[in-house]
Amino acid sequence: MAMDIAEIERLIKEGIPDAKVEIQDLRGDGDHYAAFVTSAEFEGLNRVKQHQLVYAALQGKMGTDLHALALQTSVPG
Amino acid sequence: MNDQPVNERIESEINDQDVVLFMKGNPMFPQCGFSAATVQALSMAGVKFGSVDVLQDAELREGIKEFSSWPTIPQLYVKGEFVGGCDIVREMYETGELQEMLREKGVELQESPDE
Repeated sequence: MAMDIAEIERLIKEGIPDAKVEIQDLRGDGDHYAAFVTSAEFEGLNRVKQHQLVYAALQGKMGTDLHALALQTSVPG
Repeated sequence: MNDQPVNERIESEINDQDVVLFMKGNPMFPQCGFSAATVQALSMAGVKFGSVDVLQDAELREGIKEFSSWPTIPQLYVKGEFVGGCDIVREMYETGELQEMLREKGVELQESPDE
């Protein structure tokens, strides 16, 4: 089952309120996305922990409804 | 089938080998693009690694997600420590952090042919 960009963005922002989220539909098939997430909450966390915050915001949908979400996280510079 | 609890099996996999990739398929025949991309990054980094095919074992496939608090496969462990999935491994390879981290942990790297 696929998810649309607006729904992914909504969930991430709900979980990480200050997040700046940019999502691309990589193949235009509604199933393969790339997300760039910037948030001050990532400060001091390693990449694994940063990605885990995003996965937590997605409430278990990553790996199920959402098959492919290439993730890149960063702290506002 | 294996009677050993899945967490113990995961622990012995990640402790018995310096570098181990939980993946779909095997390095010669990856069964998923993300596993393939991760194998490629590791190969380019010149690291020898062991692999576990989660498609052979449904319990392990779910167990490793819980064990690592990570929702997707592949997953890379180095010296018993979770490093990340496909995106992180690829990003670390591209910035050179992967090679640096492996060397710091005393894992031997082979020079890649184009170096």
